[in-house]
Amino acid sequence: MSKSLTLKLAVNGASHELTVEPRVTLLDALREHLGLTGSKKGCDQGQCGACTVHVDGERVLACLTLAAQAEGRAVTTIEGLTPEGADLHPVQAAFLSHDAFQCGYCTPGQIMSAVACIKEGHAGSDAEIREYMSGNLCRCGAYPHIVAAVRQAKEVMS
Amino acid sequence: MRDFDYARPASLAEARRFAAEPDAMLLAGGTTLLDLAKCGVAAPAKVIDITHLEGLDMITFGAAGVHIGALAKMSHVAADAVIRENFPAVSEALWQAASAQLRNMATIGGNLLQRTRCAYFRDPLAFPACNKRDPGSGCAALGGVTRNHAVLGTSKVCIAANPGDLAVALTAFDAVVHLGERRIAVDDFFLLPGMTPEREHALEPGEVITAVTIPASVPARRSTYLKVRDRQSYEFAAASAAVGIELEPDGKTIRDLRVALGGVATKPWRARDVEKALIGKLLEPKAVREASLLAMTGALAQGDNHYKIDLAPRVVTRAILKVGGLA
Repeated sequence: MSKSLTLKLAVNGASHELTVEPRVTLLDALREHLGLTGSKKGCDQGQCGACTVHVDGERVLACLTLAAQAEGRAVTTIEGLTPEGADLHPVQAAFLSHDAFQCGYCTPGQIMSAVACIKEGHAGSDAEIREYMSGNLCRCGAYPHIVAAVRQAKEVMS
Repeated sequence: MRDFDYARPASLAEARRFAAEPDAMLLAGGTTLLDLAKCGVAAPAKVIDITHLEGLDMITFGAAGVHIGALAKMSHVAADAVIRENFPAVSEALWQAASAQLRNMATIGGNLLQRTRCAYFRDPLAFPACNKRDPGSGCAALGGVTRNHAVLGTSKVCIAANPGDLAVALTAFDAVVHLGERRIAVDDFFLLPGMTPEREHALEPGEVITAVTIPASVPARRSTYLKVRDRQSYEFAAASAAVGIELEPDGKTIRDLRVALGGVATKPWRARDVEKALIGKLLEPKAVREASLLAMTGALAQGDNHYKIDLAPRVVTRAILKVGGLA
C-alpha cells in the first residue's frame, strides 16, 4: 500500500508543495525533494546536530522532525540565513575569520545553532557557549575556534 | 523506518480515539519516537501528531502550585521565570538534559515517556533478546556491558535504567500526571519492571497525558538538581539527585527534605529513607553523609555499574549541603 501526503512547506520564505511518504523527515524533504543540501545528514538520529535548522525561529533537528510536522511553520535553513547575494551573516563571517572548522561537514549545523544560541541570550561566556552549543558535534575537534567565533559574532550582533 | 499512516486529530477526544487503535503511537516532539523508529525498536502503524492541538502548552501558576501543559517544550519550561523561582530543581533538570535543539522539540508529556538508553534495548538487530522489547525473549544486558544500567529497582528480567532528569525532580516534589480527568502521582505513574518490563508507566491505551502539576512548597522553592555524568554536557546522568530543603526558623534544623535519584534506578527513585533519617536533625555534613548512604538500600550491582553505588550517595550529600547553604 503506498501512502503519501501532499504538504505545503514554507522554507526560507518560499512556499513549496511536495508529495511524500508520511515517514519522510524534514531533513530528507529539504535535501531530496527541495534540493537544499546545506543541512547535513550526520547521524540521522538526533545526536550530532549537523541537520540543525530553525522552525518558527527556534533551532531544532530536521532529522527527528517529520516533514508533515513542519507544515504551517516557517523553516529556515543555512541557505536562507541571509538573502541571496547579501553579505555573509555575522556568524558565517566569524566562522571564516576564526577558521572554526576543518572538514566543514558540521558547519551549517554549527552556524544555525550558533545564530539561535546568540539570539536566545546563551552566549554570555565561553562556558555558556560550550553548554548551549553541546548539541553540535565536530569530529575534527574545532571546538576552541567555534567558541571564539560565536563569542565574536555575539559582540558583532549585540 | 517502516512507513506509517499519519493523522492529525482535530481534538483531544479524537486523539484519544486514534491512540486506542492497535499499533498507534502519539507524536509530540518526536525526539524519542522517530529515534526509536529509526533504530527498529518502534514500528507504529499509525502516528498521531498532536503538536498542533491548542491550549496544551500553557504554564500557569496559582496558589496550589504550577500547571504545565503536556505540550509545553522543555526549553520553555526551563526558562520560565516562575518555574525558576519556585521550582529551581525542575528548571535545572530540564536545561541539563539533552541539547538545546532537542529541548526546543521535546515536550513535557513526551519527556516522561522517553525510553531507556539501554544499548541492548536500542539495537534489535544485534541483540534480539530484550524482555522490554519482546517479553520473554531474555535480557542481553545481564552479563553484558552494564556501566549505564540500574542498581535499584531491577528485576531478574530487566536492569534498564530510566534516563529521565525532569521526572526525578517531579518525583522529589510530588508532582501529579494528568491524563485528562484521571490523575496519578508521578511516583505511581512510573512502574518497576518486575516480570513485565515492557510496561513502564500507568498510561492505558487511548489515554493522553494532558498536563503535569507540581504543588508549591518550601522545599521545591529551595531546591537543586545535581547531575554527574561522563561528559560535562549533552549526556545522561551517571547519578543525579533532585533535592529540596526547608529549615526550621533556627536556620540549622531540617524541617522538611525531599530527595530523588536519577541515573541509578529503573524508575525515578524517591529516597524516603534519606529524608526520614534527616528530618528533625541538625544540618551538618557528617549526618548528611551517613544518611545519604541509605539511598542505596537494596542496591544490586551488575558488574560494571558498581561505581554508581559509591557515586550516588556522594551526589545526594553534595546536593543536600548545597541547598542547605553548606557547599
